[in-house]
Amino acid sequence: MAYLELKNVSFQYPNGYTAVENVSMEFEKGEKVAIIGQNGAGKTTTVKLMNGLLRPAKGEVLVGGTSTEKYTTAQIAKNVGYVFQNPDDQIFQDSIYKEIAFGLLKSGMGKAEIDKKVKETATLCGLENVLEEHPYNLSYSKRKFITIAAIVVMDPDVVILDEPTAGQDRDSTERLGKIMNWLTAKNKIVITITHDMEFVVKEFERVIVMAKKQKRRDASPKEIFWDEELLKFSNLKQPYICQFASLLGYRDVLTIDDMIGVTE
Amino acid sequence: MAEIILKNVNYQYPLEEKEVVCDFTYCFEQGKVYGLIGENESGKTTLCNIIRGFIPELYRGKLEGEILINGRKISSYDSGELASIVGYSFQNPFVQISGVKDNVYEEIAYGMENIGVPREQMIKRVDELVKMFHLEELVDKNPYELSGGQKQRVALASMIALDPEVVIMDEPTSQLDPKSTEDIFEIVNILKKQGKTIILIEHKIDLVAEYCDSILLMHQGELVMHGDAKDVLTDPKVLEYGGQLPQIVLYFLKQGKLKGNEIPLTVKEAVEKILKEAQR
Repeated sequence: MAYLELKNVSFQYPNGYTAVENVSMEFEKGEKVAIIGQNGAGKTTTVKLMNGLLRPAKGEVLVGGTSTEKYTTAQIAKNVGYVFQNPDDQIFQDSIYKEIAFGLLKSGMGKAEIDKKVKETATLCGLENVLEEHPYNLSYSKRKFITIAAIVVMDPDVVILDEPTAGQDRDSTERLGKIMNWLTAKNKIVITITHDMEFVVKEFERVIVMAKKQKRRDASPKEIFWDEELLKFSNLKQPYICQFASLLGYRDVLTIDDMIGVTE
Repeated sequence: MAEIILKNVNYQYPLEEKEVVCDFTYCFEQGKVYGLIGENESGKTTLCNIIRGFIPELYRGKLEGEILINGRKISSYDSGELASIVGYSFQNPFVQISGVKDNVYEEIAYGMENIGVPREQMIKRVDELVKMFHLEELVDKNPYELSGGQKQRVALASMIALDPEVVIMDEPTSQLDPKSTEDIFEIVNILKKQGKTIILIEHKIDLVAEYCDSILLMHQGELVMHGDAKDVLTDPKVLEYGGQLPQIVLYFLKQGKLKGNEIPLTVKEAVEKILKEAQR
């Protein structure tokens, strides 16, 4: 049974703008799913509905088979962690250690255990050598990892990453892949919004496309990136290798290795 | 005319022991598009802050070497004068929004208002920018209600509004979807045609390859590689320095049939090359 489920969910902002219309999706434990789509397609709104930061106008959100309607956002956030798109919306402590430890301190965990968990998570996120620094002394990219660590350390069942690849270099992008795999190995659900199509090809087996406030397709990267009609409708582009293959008359190619395979 | 010369530039932030920019020497010529690449924290943003005078003016610290803008020492400019020559868009668009304007139209006009551009001229300019940046549907919205990608486009338009000779864009597409990213690169092309000098910090290497004339690769504060895009971005050494290469280049490097700058940089070049060879 799906652990996290959106059932015919719609959302309207207070100014009357409908951001999400009749969206349904399900996620099983241990799954890693990418959500892609144009800016303004409703991706961030959809994931904020998952952890109760926003509440649906219609439809319902279920976590572990229970509707979250009667739960507070704080209660839902214990199970569904959301890493903000803009790290500066989330950071508020004066050291990285404190930032990562904050949620654990609130949970009443003992100092020694907190220390162990903070250090383990910091190492996973590449922050082990900067724990005493002020978060704003670090680059945007590193600040993003601080916010990821602050969520991951709380051990939620679902980790939602909102554009973690924005502004990341090659090594940081690889690190993101590692963090996601570390989470799924622990049977967590990882949901990632990204515009980096190469990252999607490399890291995901399931991709959800959103466009014009709705879910348009939920399939494998190969199915998505060779569904030209869908890409056109959603204003998305194929990854470069797919574009290359397509112009030379090949199909269903995704990676450099696939392309070498078909051209040889 | 805008030319920027840096000679043996070194910089150290206050209270830090390590140099963030080491012995940087380079001449940026007018009208070219420069792709400034390299890993996070390799000194790219710091270098741009030196070029726009925020270092040492605002950040303090120890700056050595010579920096000339249009033949004049950078220290001889006052910050207002320099700001009208060198435009800069922040890496994080969320911090560039002024916070004092409640719609996008006025946000774009804000810089012009501050320097006293006449009203009629201001309206004409904002209308142009709205069209250029595809902001028609957003003009009446509050800048804070925009998505990350929309904010980024508004922030860029606000900077271009002041018509600087040198345009520095620090990761201008980090929050953008692929389509809007290409729109920004098209704007880079338009600015290039207007004769502007453009310095672009960008991780999306496939687009850097398509739009930039020259590449500068930084690694731990040093300029480790520089040259024409077709020379630098076909060289696997870039990877050793933590840089990235375009997907198409990676394909040809792995396939192993082409070498050096014979390797096409973009999908378009690659397809043309293959079709041409097939005809032979």
